[in-house]
Amino acid sequence: MIPEIGTFALILALLLAVTQAVLPLVGAQRGNLTWMAVARPAAWGQFTFTLIAYLCLVYAFLTNDFTVINVASNSYSNLPAFYRVTATWGSHEGSLLFWSLILAVWTIAVATFSRTLPEEMVARVLGVMGLISIGFLSLLLITSSPFLRQFPGPVEGSDLNPLLQDWGMIIHPPMLYMGYVGFAVVFSFAVAALLSGRLDAAWARWSRPWATVAWAFLTLGVVLGSWWAYRELGWGGWWFWDPVENASFMPWLAGTALIHSLAVAEKRGAFKAWTVLLALMTFSLSLLGTFLVRSGVLSSVHAFAVDPQRGAYILGFMLLVVGGSLALFAWRAPRMVAGGAFTWFSRESLLLANNVVMVASVAAVLLGTLYPLFIDALGMGKLSVGPPYFNAVFVPLISPALFLMGVGPLMRWKGDSVPDVLQRLKWALGIAVATGLLLPLTMEGYKPWAVLGLGLSSWIALTVLIAFRERVKTAGQLSNLPRAFWGMHMAHLGLAIGVAGITMVANYEQELDVRMNVGDQAQMAGYTLTFMGVQQYAGANFAATRGTVIVKEGNAEPFTLYPEKRVYNRSGSVMTEAAVRPSLSSDLYVSLGEPLNEELSTWAVRLYYKPFINWLWIGALFMVVGGFLAASDRRYRIGAKARAPAGPAAQGA
Amino acid sequence: MTFRHIQQGLLTVFLAFSLPALANESATATTIASPDAPPTAQPLFADVAIENRLTLLSRELRCVVCQNEALSESPAELATDMRQEIRDLMKAGKTDQEVLTFLTSRYGDFVLFRPPFKPVTYLLWIGPFAFLGFGVLVWFMALRARRTFQSAPVNSAQLAAAARLLEEKP
Amino acid sequence: MKRWLPLVFFMVLVGFFTKGLFLNPREVPSPFIGKAAPTFSLPVVGDAQKAFSPADMKGQVWMLNVWAPWCVSCKVEHKLLMALAESRTAPPIVGLNWKDKTREAQELLARTGNPYVAVPDDLSGRVGIDWGVTGTPETYVIDRNGIVRLKHVGPIDMDIWQNKFVPKLKELGA
Repeated sequence: MIPEIGTFALILALLLAVTQAVLPLVGAQRGNLTWMAVARPAAWGQFTFTLIAYLCLVYAFLTNDFTVINVASNSYSNLPAFYRVTATWGSHEGSLLFWSLILAVWTIAVATFSRTLPEEMVARVLGVMGLISIGFLSLLLITSSPFLRQFPGPVEGSDLNPLLQDWGMIIHPPMLYMGYVGFAVVFSFAVAALLSGRLDAAWARWSRPWATVAWAFLTLGVVLGSWWAYRELGWGGWWFWDPVENASFMPWLAGTALIHSLAVAEKRGAFKAWTVLLALMTFSLSLLGTFLVRSGVLSSVHAFAVDPQRGAYILGFMLLVVGGSLALFAWRAPRMVAGGAFTWFSRESLLLANNVVMVASVAAVLLGTLYPLFIDALGMGKLSVGPPYFNAVFVPLISPALFLMGVGPLMRWKGDSVPDVLQRLKWALGIAVATGLLLPLTMEGYKPWAVLGLGLSSWIALTVLIAFRERVKTAGQLSNLPRAFWGMHMAHLGLAIGVAGITMVANYEQELDVRMNVGDQAQMAGYTLTFMGVQQYAGANFAATRGTVIVKEGNAEPFTLYPEKRVYNRSGSVMTEAAVRPSLSSDLYVSLGEPLNEELSTWAVRLYYKPFINWLWIGALFMVVGGFLAASDRRYRIGAKARAPAGPAAQGA
Repeated sequence: MTFRHIQQGLLTVFLAFSLPALANESATATTIASPDAPPTAQPLFADVAIENRLTLLSRELRCVVCQNEALSESPAELATDMRQEIRDLMKAGKTDQEVLTFLTSRYGDFVLFRPPFKPVTYLLWIGPFAFLGFGVLVWFMALRARRTFQSAPVNSAQLAAAARLLEEKP
Repeated sequence: MKRWLPLVFFMVLVGFFTKGLFLNPREVPSPFIGKAAPTFSLPVVGDAQKAFSPADMKGQVWMLNVWAPWCVSCKVEHKLLMALAESRTAPPIVGLNWKDKTREAQELLARTGNPYVAVPDDLSGRVGIDWGVTGTPETYVIDRNGIVRLKHVGPIDMDIWQNKFVPKLKELGA
């Protein structure tokens, strides 16, 4: 009964999405205020019914209703309750419903926080979001319903993939989707602006906080995925350039270019065409990601579905949304008037250079990801493009952007003087170069990439410091500085911290494969590890063999690590749960391999030493917080406060 | 908190880099084995030099079964066999290149994660740098166009209105 | 006119994606097509004294079916292979027992029937690697001169037999 209510709710949501799309868009075109006013209520209605549908699925999972095929394929009665809830987004159908829900959440967010915008704009933005909702809801109903039943239902489900039974699974998809889907908002703003034919600085100002918040969520989502893989997969890897990872990285790169481009569009009215194109591109890349994960066009560990039929449907949808928006762009491009002038050496020119580098890196990742498909489609054989390629290409490509990141924020708009800037930056440059060249001397092995990475990250950190020093001189004290300033520099510093972490881990990590009898000792990176044997125990839905390893470093207190091997009851899958000892300067990572004798007293054990790996996650956190800080800057909230008396003024701003 | 404190803090952080490294240096000094020292765990495979070569090489290879994992990490049985095969080849004195040729003659270029530089992959390897180069060109051209663009002149009435707006409290 | 470039670029991508929907990215093509079949000499399941080598089959068109007793898809394919063996119109099939389990292989063949003219025993999997085997079942067609002409990954069913194998075999004069 409940699953049928779910289907019914989806149908209602679809009808409301149609209403949300058609009436306001036509109304905006014709100046019909009544029709435009339909947008907000329709959006709320669509959200309500999408939520109801989602809750029906949650109910089916929580009550172990195995007559629902989706529940039977992805759950198990002994699966802990919170995993049963997260299993709702663990399958193709469920995750599409979740996508639609998040889209509805963003839609009502726009409906709520848009009181200061002109009605025509709001109507168009919500209308375009409605069109996107139509696509997803109809994809759900026609090809991928999570509510399909089977009678009689099986006695037991097939269990959730054990890889997904980790609390990283709880938080990674929601954050990722908030980011991915969040770019639909700035996409809709761009399309709305193109439709109205009015592309001015106001449009950039309205879109900017939405883009920044979506970017912050996407950063969080991507990094959580990386962190989860690191903890969960048992071999210490945290980025594999897998097609689906790339599918989330590309919108992130484009989104980064977008938020920077919006800054110029808002402040100087320049780069309007670039910015609109980036807004269209970022969400298109999100949609591309949706296509790649579900169509089977590329092979990936993450692939939700390998279903050319569904793939065809998504491709058709992409054709309409992306193709339509790009056609609209081409049509309206002549209307975009160039903004303020600037010289070779100005903040604008550096931000333009940043755009160029980011777009080139998106193109490079896209090329590498799709190349096997291109070659196969042209009948020229089968190729693989993997981490060695991406690492070789991406690092040199992104380095200029990292360098520019130090200079840009310190430059004046419109034009700055070279000697002046050099004067302010010369110490930072000197120290950064020295750090890059000298710091690796203190490590095991002098690695040239470490020179680059450490040099760039210290460069960025130092310039952030300089920026604060200079700004506080004029502002008086730290608390006078606007949130946008704090946000920007926090995010930049976060990236510097992340780059430092990546540089150290990639160049100086250590790995040791040993056979350990009970009582054996191994040495690595100053740690002495003693294997104390294994014990077996039964978990909620798995049987585990848990090893005990006592670790001592120099004269410090010894600590114990418990690496495990789990066999999940229902699926028989074997999972390696590594034991990690985190610290600010490194992770010690112990993973149980295979038993080497019948008595289970001798094991193959793999030890990893990962220097500064936690700087990656910390740096990313800085970026996320920085993003949210910047988006909550006073000037985006002013409009809301001055609503009633300054209505026309705010609108014209 | 002044920025002097921040400066000091950051310098401390930079210095903190070197400390763990220094700690490593001292700790890798070998300990003298005493009669009751616990037994040392032996490396899983006897020849450590070959194992290191194997690890580096197998990261460049694609597991043909779990296709999105590197041969170094794949748990598949065939992957274990292939790693053993590579180990045997290396012990027999084959170079890394010879090992790669051995595998590509059996599985094709598909098994290489780093695509070889041949006509079919010219676009792949040159592309990214061409994109950047093209982008730099676009940057130059856009800036040249900007320099000749003149902003609209502003008259005194507009300046006065601007001054009034700036006076308004937010 | 550069404003149309993004759209054009996107349409080109869509073209590739459309073609991509019909392709299988996981399929690994064999580099042996058109080249000499790798040689080996292995003991035969059931009689460790006897050895089998591809050279034994020179002069006729034959098929090498890589299978294993624990492989579920192979069991499904088995029925078709039995039918082919009994029909006498199909070329002889040699069944390479991949990765040990000699006793299980013997028992399975005894129980369900043996469609193979010989069952070489690849204990270590070394021969499998030499042939570029990625899993079971996989089937190769080798011509009279010992050149590999076809590789099929996965179980063979009637459709695949008729549409993929039969035309190739006719071409080779089997």
